[in-house]
Amino acid sequence: MPEPAAQLSVSLWRGGADGRYETYSVPRRESQTVLDVVTYVQRHIDPTLSYRFACRVGMCGSCAMTVNGHPRWTCRTHVAKVADGGRLQIGPLDNLPIIKDLAADMAPFFEKWQQAKGVFAPSQTRAEPMARIRPDSAPRIAADAAIECINCGVCYAACDTVRWNSGYLGPAALNRAWTLVNDVRDSGNGARLAAIAASGGCHSCHSHQSCQEHCPLTLNPTASIAGLKRRSAAAYLKGELKA
Amino acid sequence: MSVRLYLWQRATAALMVPFVLIHIAVIFYATRQQMTAADILSRTHGSAAWASFYGAFVAAVSIHASIGVRNILTEWSALADRAAGWCAILLGIVLALLGFHAVISLVLM
Amino acid sequence: MSAAGTKHRGSALWLAAMIHRLSGLALAIFLPIHFFVLGLSFHGGAKLDAFLRWSDQPLVKFAEGGLVFLLTIHLLGGLRVLVIENFDWHDGQKRLAMLAATVSAIVCFVFLVRVF
Repeated sequence: MPEPAAQLSVSLWRGGADGRYETYSVPRRESQTVLDVVTYVQRHIDPTLSYRFACRVGMCGSCAMTVNGHPRWTCRTHVAKVADGGRLQIGPLDNLPIIKDLAADMAPFFEKWQQAKGVFAPSQTRAEPMARIRPDSAPRIAADAAIECINCGVCYAACDTVRWNSGYLGPAALNRAWTLVNDVRDSGNGARLAAIAASGGCHSCHSHQSCQEHCPLTLNPTASIAGLKRRSAAAYLKGELKA
Repeated sequence: MSVRLYLWQRATAALMVPFVLIHIAVIFYATRQQMTAADILSRTHGSAAWASFYGAFVAAVSIHASIGVRNILTEWSALADRAAGWCAILLGIVLALLGFHAVISLVLM
Repeated sequence: MSAAGTKHRGSALWLAAMIHRLSGLALAIFLPIHFFVLGLSFHGGAKLDAFLRWSDQPLVKFAEGGLVFLLTIHLLGGLRVLVIENFDWHDGQKRLAMLAATVSAIVCFVFLVRVF
């Protein structure tokens, strides 16, 4: 008879905000990811477990959860890398309301994206010739460095300032605003700078850099926010911004 | 934190960088010489330079500490923003009053 | 019981920011006392002298060393923030953060050697 497979002891958050961790035993496999583990529990042990995923190949960001205290993409997290002594603790993303089990409510995250005016405001119509943007121009380089954000919420979950300050817009929303501030085709910067310079805006950031450390796409919201601080300070000093 | 508070916080910080370095040098010098009150007062008494330096330092630190504490109160305490603001202003006033009193004591008295 | 993860604290840069905040708070509490003591010289040096003699004790000197450490590390932590916010991004900040802590410790140590 073959050796019984080694087992992982996996604690999963069950319930809503007033829920608790419940422990399951999951067979350990080679090259197993944390998403594999969660899927195993739902398929073979408890079908009532709620969790999110989509692409399972590290492109969509849907599977983000808190794994042993850190927010991560579970499909991109190998169990071998994070399981301390065969143990895993998995919960929903931090700083967001819990819907059920491992699914967090992303609505506040998206609302803050809107609040930061992270939306492109066109300055031309389709009748005009296409804008010519040089990819090596300074604003485009700055925007490109931050543009790959897929709004997975990991940075938001990692941020202590979000935890301490419920009005803080958060790293993702501000990072998105920064890409638009640097988009020369955009016409909404007046309102946008006012939005990110308001209470809960970029000035609440203390540069802990937890966002940068956890971003699965290695983006750097701290740097984007520093850029916003400079831009809004300059606008304020020139009298273009009301504080 | 608003843009205005942010700029005051950062500006007073930048101003105090050389102030703190000079102050640390002064501390080292005074402790090395094991100065008595009389030693200190003989140096500071009537000195416009000391008055200007430490007067500016007191003003800057009163503003800087007040805004810093306001941030801590809004993030770590249950106080509402306005209450935190008032507590911070109170601290700033206390620091300014005690600080200018100290400068006057050392320079004029 | 909460689902919150708590492990993302403890990275070098997070600690740098936390020490910066806590040292600032400690200094903000200490400063009124410091100003008050200096203000004792308002009526002449006698009261200040009495204080200076009282502060000759080893425990007080140790506390003063601690204050020098707090001041230095708050200064260096603040420089970190000013650099991040006003200059181009550079990696290698963790090493600088370690360096800052070391420099502060050295300054504190030199102070203690001189006063003891």
